[in-house]
Amino acid sequence: MHEVDMTKCLLISLNEWRDRREDNSAMVETVHLDVGRFTCVEPDQLVTTYNAAVQGTWLDGSRLTITEIPFVGRCLICNGTYDPLPENAYRSPCCDHPLEEIVSGRELRIRSIDYRSDAAAALESAPIQRQR
Amino acid sequence: MHMPFEDTLGLNLLAANNHQAEHNNEHFQSWDLLCLNLMSSPGAGKTALLERSLPALARELSMAVLEGDMTTQLDADRLEAVGIPVVPITTGRACHLDAAMVSGGLKLLQQRLDPSALDLLLVENVGNLVCPAEFDVGEHHKVALLSVTEGDDKPLKYPLMFRNADVVLITKVDLLPHLPVDVAAIRRNIHSINPNATVIEVSALTGEGLDAWHNWVRQALASRTTTTPALATA
Repeated sequence: MHEVDMTKCLLISLNEWRDRREDNSAMVETVHLDVGRFTCVEPDQLVTTYNAAVQGTWLDGSRLTITEIPFVGRCLICNGTYDPLPENAYRSPCCDHPLEEIVSGRELRIRSIDYRSDAAAALESAPIQRQR
Repeated sequence: MHMPFEDTLGLNLLAANNHQAEHNNEHFQSWDLLCLNLMSSPGAGKTALLERSLPALARELSMAVLEGDMTTQLDADRLEAVGIPVVPITTGRACHLDAAMVSGGLKLLQQRLDPSALDLLLVENVGNLVCPAEFDVGEHHKVALLSVTEGDDKPLKYPLMFRNADVVLITKVDLLPHLPVDVAAIRRNIHSINPNATVIEVSALTGEGLDAWHNWVRQALASRTTTTPALATA
């Protein structure tokens, strides 16, 4: 159950996020994750372990939503993208080339957080443009 | 309020593990040693390989083992007998080592010896082809073992492990005459998922291929200063 360890990592990051804020009244509603299909994560298990782990913590009641990102490779012969499949040994179906470049599918990303806070309520009418 | 997370913290879900892995790697750099992370399914022959390789390399290299796989005291005793310190890492029931566990192992190691006297630190991971591939521990290279008895489809069934490995050792090749397994198919499947992998066929029983593996270790040791840690690789 490596999802337990992944949840621990996620909670460390969320705790750091809260600690770095000037006011710690944030009530997290939803944590959005991007999880690639070429990772060892089972999204359902991650949600289950998250729900168990946050009980009794400041994140109790928050939700974890996971967007799965497709596994896409790029064929370095014809430059086309493709779905790497085990039945093709993950090779490109166009040119039978090995999997070299992975375009997507390795994501394990905390994308965003929906939250409420006393300070945020005052700011909500003026959306903050944040630099990426 | 909807807030992009990267404004305040690392993007990666495993950021906490990756930070610890970077910290471990800084120790390895300061001690000027090479760290290899050995991974395989249970019974692929990690310990058997170490029992052959470490005595052979002990003439020229100073080494230690962080032992994360459940192993008998006998295994450790055999290595200790040839002067290789073996430090057990407590994993509880974990299915893999993470960077924090290895950090704990490094603290125990430091109680026994001065790591800056070492050339090579081998981390024997928990026997598992799934999640050890996802958890960096700060190693310079990932070494995957696949025994011929496991069948030629395993690189396709556990692609992440073989994708992330820098070198794959095909073990127990002494059994090939007795098995309906095609070692060329194993190689082809490894290279389909990871065309850059070095693949070496070995037998810990007969010693076949061990020279090639030891030469790979020597080369990795010589080039480690120019090698970046295997963090967050695709």
